Amino acid sequence: MMFFRNITIGQYIYRDSIIHKLDPRVKIITVILIITTIFLVNSWTGFFIIGFYLFINISLAKVHPKFVLKGIKPLLFIISFTLLIHFFTTPGDIIYRIWILNITREGIHRGLFISVRLFYLILSTSWLTLTTSPIALTDGIEKLLSFLKIIRVPAHEIAMMMTIALRFIPTLMEETEKIIKAQIARGADFESGNLVKRIQNFLPIIIPLFINAFHRADDLAIAMEARCYRGGEGRTHYRQLSINSIDHVFIIITLFILIVSYLWVV
Amino acid sequence: MFIHLKDVSYTYNLNMPFETVALKGINLKVNRGEFIGIIGHTGCGKTTLLQLLNGLIEPTKGQIFIENIDIHKNKKKLKEIRKKIGLSFQYPENQFFEENIFKEIAFGPKNMGVAEEQLVQSVKKSLQMVDMDYQSFKDRSPFSLSGGEMRRVAIASILAIDPEVIILDEPTASLDPQSCSKLLSVIVDLYQKYHKTIIMVSHNMEIMAKLARRIIVMEKGEIIMDDTPRNIFQKSIDRLEDIGLSLPQVTYTMYKLKKIGKPVSSGILTVEEAKEEILKLVNENKK
Amino acid sequence: MIEFKNVTHFYNTEQNEKIASLSGINLKIHKGDFVAIIGANGSGKSTLVKHINGLLLPSKGEVLVENLNTRDMEEVWNIRKQVGMVFQNPDNQLIATTVEDDIAFGLENIGIKAKEMGERVDWALNIVGLNGLRNSEPHLLSGGQKQRVVIAGALAMNTSYLILDEPTSMLDPKGRKNILEIVKDLNKKESITIVYITQFMSEAAQFDKIFVLDKGRIVLEDSPKKVFDKAEQLLGLSLEVPQITRLARELVKSGLDIPGNILNEDEMVKYLCLYI
Repeated sequence: MMFFRNITIGQYIYRDSIIHKLDPRVKIITVILIITTIFLVNSWTGFFIIGFYLFINISLAKVHPKFVLKGIKPLLFIISFTLLIHFFTTPGDIIYRIWILNITREGIHRGLFISVRLFYLILSTSWLTLTTSPIALTDGIEKLLSFLKIIRVPAHEIAMMMTIALRFIPTLMEETEKIIKAQIARGADFESGNLVKRIQNFLPIIIPLFINAFHRADDLAIAMEARCYRGGEGRTHYRQLSINSIDHVFIIITLFILIVSYLWVV
Repeated sequence: MFIHLKDVSYTYNLNMPFETVALKGINLKVNRGEFIGIIGHTGCGKTTLLQLLNGLIEPTKGQIFIENIDIHKNKKKLKEIRKKIGLSFQYPENQFFEENIFKEIAFGPKNMGVAEEQLVQSVKKSLQMVDMDYQSFKDRSPFSLSGGEMRRVAIASILAIDPEVIILDEPTASLDPQSCSKLLSVIVDLYQKYHKTIIMVSHNMEIMAKLARRIIVMEKGEIIMDDTPRNIFQKSIDRLEDIGLSLPQVTYTMYKLKKIGKPVSSGILTVEEAKEEILKLVNENKK
Repeated sequence: MIEFKNVTHFYNTEQNEKIASLSGINLKIHKGDFVAIIGANGSGKSTLVKHINGLLLPSKGEVLVENLNTRDMEEVWNIRKQVGMVFQNPDNQLIATTVEDDIAFGLENIGIKAKEMGERVDWALNIVGLNGLRNSEPHLLSGGQKQRVVIAGALAMNTSYLILDEPTSMLDPKGRKNILEIVKDLNKKESITIVYITQFMSEAAQFDKIFVLDKGRIVLEDSPKKVFDKAEQLLGLSLEVPQITRLARELVKSGLDIPGNILNEDEMVKYLCLYI
């Protein structure tokens, strides 16, 4: 009954590749650009170009496609669900009829479009998280957000919260597993009963988990204070980010391809 | 025989990239009325073994029999098995969740289907077994207790389901000397007065030498020794040293004396034994 | 030097009672000292050490570190640079997601330049012997390794005082031994002052000096030899003496002419060889 052992947080896989060496900021911006474009693009040619571009990026990252597709598996249900909803609920030319449900040409078209968009969305974010270590990601986000400090976006605080979350998620998962097992050893049953009963059954897990998490938070706050932590001001960074020529080339190519995919309507 | 592990192995994340072997080829028989101490370093597989013993995890290879029944053949029986074999995890106070000690202890028996009117009896009895007064503790919050009291309440919450075997994973970890010796006297009572079978993991060799009747030494997922404390500390002291397990100071002293050629008998476990042995030798020398 | 001048600390209970967790503490710990603090649960050990770097402030009295007062809001950061702390639970002290980033955490906080940070992290990793694990994630380390990371984090700050609050109570014997070895080395080789709280009397016996706390007061302050000579008093304080010392005392009672305050196996062997 191993509940959580399989989960790896930030599914980062280390490889010696061009993509891995890119500055995290460049990769984050790339993903934002890709996502914006896939929701603007309205032609199959456009989608094809983006798909090809993603394929190249993933190949360059030297990460086995198996890992990329693993990220899609849990969301397959959502994709197929969206697909079906659009198939049946879009008005237009009816091309097939099952009982009271009509499948329309427009439905198929729209459904496929949305599915491809979701698919690309997951693909591009997986590409980012597979090739960027959680730390680099956090540093990148902090740096990117720091432009927004003028409008009082707490960039450092957000990054610090992400770091702590990343650090403690595995610990808390282990702890959850241990609590579940301990309560099972005391005869607790998490599998039977109606919904209300089941929610009640989870209290013996949730309550200790929260209490322990607060203890940890207390300890951690004291440890941080003892190590001279007093917010982001005057703080330096162990890891230095630098944008070099490869980053420039990459972002220019990306922009070019995305613009082409948007403008290309056949 | 009560518990029988037959060629049991356990691998985490079987068939995954990060698969890790926790236990391999474990054969173990536990009889009623034993007091078994399990020692070994963190990561040697102790905790996995304990979880296998009461059916919390299923071996990836091999079989576990309890009273000659293969416990994973019939999943419905698992709850019954957990009723017979109580498991108290390390730092068990981390699983407290109720507002008062009565409810905390009653959680187990309630789950096991004990009737409301019998709960009071059952909680009373368990508190008594850990030497705590029912009236003065039942309404207190489990979180308001001292470290040692928390441990005892946690053990009481296992005792309340009336198991025949009590498995304790490092029950004295992080306790101060006094709470530690109080808890140990409770454990001795469980064994001697209440006739529970005890399986206990501890790093404290002094405790193990004093209490356990049989010691199992584990390393890297295997049982490397299984014998009486005396035999283990007599024959295998070099091996224990090699693995870096700490020996009781008196055992170690006698071992050192023997090594430099003094005619002491090794396998000394307690201060009393050491004292007698030394005085005997001193008197012989005088003659 | 760390100096406590008549320090009393009150805390409020849920019933709003004022309870003194420390009362009238006077102590001096000199640079290069190697001291242990023992005492039953609730005797005020943790409260005491948390005063050293201003995590807690005295209700009465003063705490001075190198003549800087912990009450001084500006100086407290200078004090924390000099006083490193290691706490009991190895899981709750590491902040970053890799070992080297965690060691750098304190350095980032005090604004050290990246290049110097790299050097200091390397140096600290070497001292605690964790060079091979610099990229590891904390949750994959053993308890002992985690504590070593915490120690390295303090060392990187060029700390001159290292305070350890029951650092080994959650570790296995191997980890425990290892931490104690590191702490001894730091004192001998790097002349770092060590203040070490422990429940293990055999650990305390290895220090130069022991403070014994009871109900917020220092009741004994002496060498281990002298402290463990007072076995009856220690028992009265819910403490005990190391097993080997118990044996020595038993032998003395039976008429053997050896000291009753033997603290380790080698010493015992030496004396017994006179008789057998």
